Amino acid sequence: MEALVVIIISTVFVNNIVFSQFLGICPFLGVSNKISTSMGMGAAVIFVITIATLVTYLVFQYILVPFNLVFLQTICYILIIAALVQMLEIMLKKVSPSLYQALGIFLPLITTNCAVLGVSIMVIQQNYNLGGALLYAFFTAVGFALALVLFAGCREHLEMMDPPKNMKGMPIALITAGILALAFMGFAGLNLFKY
Amino acid sequence: MNKWKIFTNGLLKENPTFVLLLGMCPTLGVTTSAINGLGMGLATTFVLILSNIVISTLKNVIPDTVRIPAFIVIIASFVTMVDLLMQAYIPDLHAQLGLFIPLIVVNCLVLGRAEAFASKNNVLNSTIDGLGMGLGFTCSLTLLGIVREFLGNISFFSHKLANIDGALVFVLAPGGFLALGLLLALINSIKNRETSR
Amino acid sequence: MGKKIESDFKNILICLLIITAVSAGILGLVYSLTEKPIEETKKLNKENAIKKVLPDYDRMEECKVPIESAVENNVFKKEAKADSLSIYKAYQGETLVALAVETFSDNGFGGRVKLMVGFQADGSIKRIEVLEHHETPGLGDKMEPAKSDFSKQFESMKNFPVKVKKDGGEIDAITAATISSRAYCDAVNRAHDAILSIIGGEDNE
Repeated sequence: MEALVVIIISTVFVNNIVFSQFLGICPFLGVSNKISTSMGMGAAVIFVITIATLVTYLVFQYILVPFNLVFLQTICYILIIAALVQMLEIMLKKVSPSLYQALGIFLPLITTNCAVLGVSIMVIQQNYNLGGALLYAFFTAVGFALALVLFAGCREHLEMMDPPKNMKGMPIALITAGILALAFMGFAGLNLFKY
Repeated sequence: MNKWKIFTNGLLKENPTFVLLLGMCPTLGVTTSAINGLGMGLATTFVLILSNIVISTLKNVIPDTVRIPAFIVIIASFVTMVDLLMQAYIPDLHAQLGLFIPLIVVNCLVLGRAEAFASKNNVLNSTIDGLGMGLGFTCSLTLLGIVREFLGNISFFSHKLANIDGALVFVLAPGGFLALGLLLALINSIKNRETSR
Repeated sequence: MGKKIESDFKNILICLLIITAVSAGILGLVYSLTEKPIEETKKLNKENAIKKVLPDYDRMEECKVPIESAVENNVFKKEAKADSLSIYKAYQGETLVALAVETFSDNGFGGRVKLMVGFQADGSIKRIEVLEHHETPGLGDKMEPAKSDFSKQFESMKNFPVKVKKDGGEIDAITAATISSRAYCDAVNRAHDAILSIIGGEDNE
């Protein structure tokens, strides 16, 4: 139970994937203009990261390791992720058109979201077992969604502000992200790790 | 198209980091020091040039519907190659850049150039484009690395300039966003001044 | 521009098969070429670290000492693979002059921290080198001897277990990186526990 709480807090807040690990910055900056779209993207990412981690984890443990092909990790993972995203898109269209309506447009963008590849590589590096890997992946993605929605909220307000001419657009957005990241750094002070 | 123009296009006019805002993850993630930025930039350039060459050579034999997966496989192979070579010959830098080496695969810059340029142009032009874009990326990363290292540690390529502590925040995660935001604002102001003249 | 190949099923299949087969082949080749250099650089790194943490010696013996599992029954992590530490015993003639222990801790901020700790024959610390870590640049990475004097504090330290001041010990933790400093101490203590079986625990209270 304690281990579960540690995983949740540390992945969502302390080691937030956007603010402290710098993964998934492209969609973070690209799809954060409106809260509604950012929520859609966040949900799609949670969905894809969890499933992609499950599949890549199994492939790694039961195919790559036994056959001594660990050096093919990157290429296998990216292929699995690309194929998976396409399959999810087709399946969603058939099974749940309403969910497809909501998440559909974000799915193709996710293949090049480095958070997906990053998380599936990290669960291997950090020596998680299958259950841990799934939890880690799910909550990391939740952390991503949280960051995205928070940032979108800030940007909606920024729209109405009048920053100096040279700061308009990306510069002020980046600085806002920097301040958000500063706030998230505060979580690092939480004494989660037992000595 | 003029070869020189293609080259400078990536270096300045369409600089991947400061103008197109592509490949942000490594840009912010590894630029804690100038040498890391340089290393990451060169690794990406290597992948970019080779993948551009191969993709522009093969563009006519790859069916349209599967061109993205095919591109990804080609890019991923080169990335794995870089990964292995760096592990063997420059292990220190490899350890510093860590996870961001395999993540070159999903750097939107590499796939973006494959799709936007290499799949439509001949081999020579694609090579030049890869070189220009890669160098543009390298320069921006190194510049950002220099700025962050200077502000955060008061050092230049790991040489301590003065024995005082810098504003540590610039080496940490938030500083990446702040430094890039400030640099972009600076570039904007230079641009605006030039146009108003 | 030449004629584009049509996107029918046969062409797609052939094309993707060829591309993946060729790239897998090339990668296999590169892997077999780089496998040796990678092993060698890793070995060289370790040897350099051992040389740095030990005084002059003329003979070296390697042995493994079993340790208790490092992972404290965390249900989400796999069983720790390392259940023993490598100890390198340095002899001058027939007398044991020093020991180097390759040790680790999984409590680092970014995961595993690997250290090479050199002990004098009397059980005090000679020098410590960092073999591998994933700590935050600018904070936890100050555990590297090149980046700060943190590791110097441990030299000739005799009282174990070592602890940071916050936990009632004598080590000044790295500013804003208590977790990394604790992991460092944890690794050092693990190394010390391991050598006790060799040099005996006589002078420790």
